Amino acid sequence: MKRTQLKTLGSTVAMLALVAGSASADEEANLVVNEEIEMVVRTDAPAHVENLSTIYSGWVFRSDETQALQMDDFDNPGMIFVDQAAERWAEVEGKNGKSCASCHGDVEEGMKGVRAVYPKWVESAGEVRTLEMQINDCRTNAMDAEPWKYTSGSMTNMVALISVQSRGMPVNVAIDGPAEMMWEQGKELYYTRTGQLELSCANCHEDNYGNLIRADHLSQGQINGFPTYRLKNAKLNSVHARFKGCVRDTRAETFSPGSEDFVALELYVASRGNGLSVEGPSVRN
Amino acid sequence: MKRAILIAASLMAGVGLASAEVAPLNVVYDDAGAVAVSLSGAPGDAEMGRKVFSTKSEGNCVSCHAVTELVEDVPFHGEVGPVLDGVADRWNEAEIRGIVANAKKTYEGTIMPAFYKTTGYIRPGDAYTGKAAKTDPLPPLLTAQQIEDVVAYLMTLKEE
Ligand code: HEC
Ligand code: HEC
Repeated sequence: MKRTQLKTLGSTVAMLALVAGSASADEEANLVVNEEIEMVVRTDAPAHVENLSTIYSGWVFRSDETQALQMDDFDNPGMIFVDQAAERWAEVEGKNGKSCASCHGDVEEGMKGVRAVYPKWVESAGEVRTLEMQINDCRTNAMDAEPWKYTSGSMTNMVALISVQSRGMPVNVAIDGPAEMMWEQGKELYYTRTGQLELSCANCHEDNYGNLIRADHLSQGQINGFPTYRLKNAKLNSVHARFKGCVRDTRAETFSPGSEDFVALELYVASRGNGLSVEGPSVRN
Repeated sequence: MKRAILIAASLMAGVGLASAEVAPLNVVYDDAGAVAVSLSGAPGDAEMGRKVFSTKSEGNCVSCHAVTELVEDVPFHGEVGPVLDGVADRWNEAEIRGIVANAKKTYEGTIMPAFYKTTGYIRPGDAYTGKAAKTDPLPPLLTAQQIEDVVAYLMTLKEE
């Protein structure tokens, strides 16, 4: 029994390596979209990220096939949803007879650079806002229209349309001044070990990025690529929907999308990616 | 009436059986994190343990640990924890039982979940639903017998 086990050891070890190899990606690859937009997918970690020296886009950890889908907008299935949102941009809705375009003009002009700095402290509102919160503020106040559900398709597609206008620009969220308290709150959450599995974001995305957890190749859990088109569910996925899934997977009671906890966590996680390029909509498995 | 007595008797027999089992809150760990006695009061079944180890809805140990012996039957072994080939040469049965029941007693702060622990969690959920836990204490991740089965399986992983 033992001898036959030993005999097969060599070949099975080779198989193990093969299994691992098929799931992993070319971590050295560079991302240029449409042969035009050069993305920063790895760079020095910002000083406020204590335990990483280099930060990586999640794109780096995906398989060659998934990586390729993001290199050209004709192959990127997320762009269909961006087109849908582009139609919504000029659509009049609500009692004030306005569309997004009524206030912001051409999306390419009006929304350039916006994604890169969100979440951010909005002085007039006296709060840190995510893009989703800002969009709903425009809908309810400026347009007098119904707010969109936080992780709905309409909302996430609109966030993607706005992200596209910043593609290639470095993420640059502010963490000081009035945003600092929310940032601290988010950081605390990032390192809290929740649920019956007692896992924090950092356990998987800081201590184990680059490692396989079953068949999943762990990334740093950066959000510069959001919204992400996932091959798994064939739609655009928002930041808070992803957070919810990851917290659920620790066998914990999750937080609600749009909750203060998740807004704080988004601000903190976004700041860990300061310096990476805005990629949304990215493609993931 | 007779039936009631019978039910009561079988209930008590059940309690009698269960008392051989060590409840999660009563497990005695030594200073190094080892657990000397069987948690179920019965020996483990290595074949069952192999299944618990590799089944997603049970131990799902394979999500973090690779075992060469399993490769042909179970694809995709994780690499978050050490490869467990030869683990029985490195640890004795009591030590392995302690690691599986609550690895934090052996390795402070380890990422490895505690499989026989039921309280002391932050935001405990109802399994993988994302909803709040329905009970406190929670059911342990593995039953006493499943722990014993996994321990029996790991004890077969010898290289020397
Ligand atoms: C048990 C491990 C685990 C924990 C704990 C965990 N995640 Fe994840 N997360 C994953 C896996 C697996 C994926 C999919 C592969 C990848 O991108 O890393 C993922 C993906 C992500 C992504 C998508 C990255 C991309 O490029 O598309 C984000 C963002 C993320 N996680 C954030 C978080 C945050 C924030 C927390 C804590 C609230 C967290 N995760 C906790 C396992 C985990
Ligand atoms: C989330 C990851 C994770 C899971 C799930 C997990 N382990 Fe572990 N395990 C680890 C890590 C990491 C270590 C090494 C201890 C350390 O450095 O923190 C470890 C150590 C061990 C060791 C000692 C290994 C040695 O070579 O000395 C044994 C035995 C073990 N685990 C068994 C199991 C069993 C059995 C299960 C499932 C019932 C399991 N593990 C599930 C992460 C995990």
